[in-house]
Amino acid sequence: MDKALIPEGVKRCPFPVFVLWLLFLFAVIAWGVWAGVSVLWKGLNLTGLNNYFGFGLYITVDLGVIALGAGAFFSGFLFYGISRFFPALKEIKKIINLAVVVGFVCYTGALLVLLLEIGQPLRGWFGYWHPNVHSMLTEVIFCITCYAIVLTIEYVPIILENRKLDAIRPVHIFGHSLHEIMALFALTGTFLSFFHQGSLGGVAGVLFARPFCYRTGFFIWPWTFFLFVISAIASGPAFTALICRTIEKFGRKQLVDRSVYELIAKIEGSILAIYIVLKIADTLYWAMVTAPEMGFKLTDFYREPYGMWLLFAEIVVCGVVPAAVLLSPKGRASNTLMFGAFFLDCAGIVINRFVMTVQALAVPVMPFDHWEVYVPTVYEWAPSIAMLAYGALIISLSYRYLPLFPRERELNPT
Amino acid sequence: MSGHEEHKGGVRYGMVIDLDKCTGCMACAIACHQENNVSFRTDETDKTRNIAWMRFYLLENGKDYPEYSFAYLPRPCFHCDAPHHAPCTFVCPVNATQRDERTGIVNMIYPRCIGCRYCMVACPYHARSFNWWDPKWPSPMEEMLNPEVSTRMRGVIEKCTFCHHRLNRARDKARIAGEDPDKVEYTPACVEACPTGAIVFGNLLDPESEVAKLAKSSRAFTISAKLETYPKVYYLSSKPWVRKLADKGL
Repeated sequence: MDKALIPEGVKRCPFPVFVLWLLFLFAVIAWGVWAGVSVLWKGLNLTGLNNYFGFGLYITVDLGVIALGAGAFFSGFLFYGISRFFPALKEIKKIINLAVVVGFVCYTGALLVLLLEIGQPLRGWFGYWHPNVHSMLTEVIFCITCYAIVLTIEYVPIILENRKLDAIRPVHIFGHSLHEIMALFALTGTFLSFFHQGSLGGVAGVLFARPFCYRTGFFIWPWTFFLFVISAIASGPAFTALICRTIEKFGRKQLVDRSVYELIAKIEGSILAIYIVLKIADTLYWAMVTAPEMGFKLTDFYREPYGMWLLFAEIVVCGVVPAAVLLSPKGRASNTLMFGAFFLDCAGIVINRFVMTVQALAVPVMPFDHWEVYVPTVYEWAPSIAMLAYGALIISLSYRYLPLFPRERELNPT
Repeated sequence: MSGHEEHKGGVRYGMVIDLDKCTGCMACAIACHQENNVSFRTDETDKTRNIAWMRFYLLENGKDYPEYSFAYLPRPCFHCDAPHHAPCTFVCPVNATQRDERTGIVNMIYPRCIGCRYCMVACPYHARSFNWWDPKWPSPMEEMLNPEVSTRMRGVIEKCTFCHHRLNRARDKARIAGEDPDKVEYTPACVEACPTGAIVFGNLLDPESEVAKLAKSSRAFTISAKLETYPKVYYLSSKPWVRKLADKGL
């Protein structure tokens, strides 16, 4: 049965090995489900959150995976949107299925964790029923939901390409028809994702009484709105490439041409460089104008464990360095340097999301208030790690049973 | 005095707390707990998770004896009057907290709150508390709850309402008496309980009111004024170091 489901002409690991891998993933997911159900049953008092840290690991993970899942919308935009004008971008087609699957797991996983994050999960639908149009979170709720639906629609035709399903004629026709209109969904996804990546940045940037977060901006959007969009674009495809590389390493085979990685490296290097220049400009303006106007100096914002090292790590180690590596032909020529740079790029974006979520709340605003430190509990780690296991599960199943990589057969002749 | 002049009514309720008079007895905080059915736990040592609508801060001048000096600072919700929105109200995704533009009071709709805590994050004064546990009162305190104030369930935010229910009661009385309900005066529980008369409450827009006069005193200041949240709670102190401690500055 298992063999019948595996795409023709490709090799996969023996079924028992795959089952063992699945069992491991299920065990991690079960651990996360236990922790999640405990939080739903007993309340958020099980977490390390408190009245100082209203946001913590759940939100950091959500923001992180949503940024890293941006590979789906940006790859879709590159391939479906502008590759007709720039034919070199057609190479993206070789990895776009994986980008969609990664986007799907990131967004659906984030929605699951969000359910735990709110104190009254049964009222989650109030966001649609009593929306506050002024709240960035309203924009996030609407856009994430819509985009998760779009990603599901984008994932369906990939599922329908499974050998057995494709053999059913109506399913084949339906899947083919979906493929025909996929450009429409990809571009809708681009629009939605653009807005919610931005509104996630806006969530922090509009907090005008929180000097660490607050940014001036353009019209109703703070600069963090645009920085979050660009940083997501600068890291999403890099994350997809890293996952592809991980599958290659585990499967000991080549799944995409190296030219795809090099193309992603060039694109990501350029966007990351633009992002870092803008981020440095934003940081300088914030440190020298915005924060002092609110009575703060840069050193007020950094104290151990959330020291200046975070700023250095985010901007220099995980920003300037990977951008330089990816923009250099020598850097792209070396697998170690290129994938190392992809990793640093992704790490930098996660640090940025952590800083804007957790460190932002550690900084005392009232002069006589004190600095607080947040320590997440197992009830936060477990669902977060389980979300990663859920992602690994979906990607593993998709890789085994779906033709994710159109060039796999040619690159690995049996 | 106020962040904007687009009030729908002629009333802007506000408070002045005289730190020179405050002895730190915390009678206001206790009265607030009792009046507003604020729940508590047997072990309240974790101040980052307890619920306090009126929280006390100890301010110290940082000097050694004999120059040492201290003051207590009671902190209710400041019902910020920043233009268009308070920091907390415009971020709520479900409109569970709003500023009533007729009175300036920032309210909470507990049954609508989804517990996302975005408002708590937005408030720099930590005036908002989250219900981390189911509210419980030791017997027979449950029999003594104030029927005019709803209790809050686990997973929602709560905060000082300037004893809004007392305003509603005063407005009802005015209607029955044939008076203008929009011009009523009332006293929150904390003001009533203060033994030294350190807390004064009233209409900041009425130039004849004591609260408006005190808010313009040379001793008056607000907390973190540079944030431009325009708190409607003012403090009075004759000690320069206390006033200096109220705001950060280069």
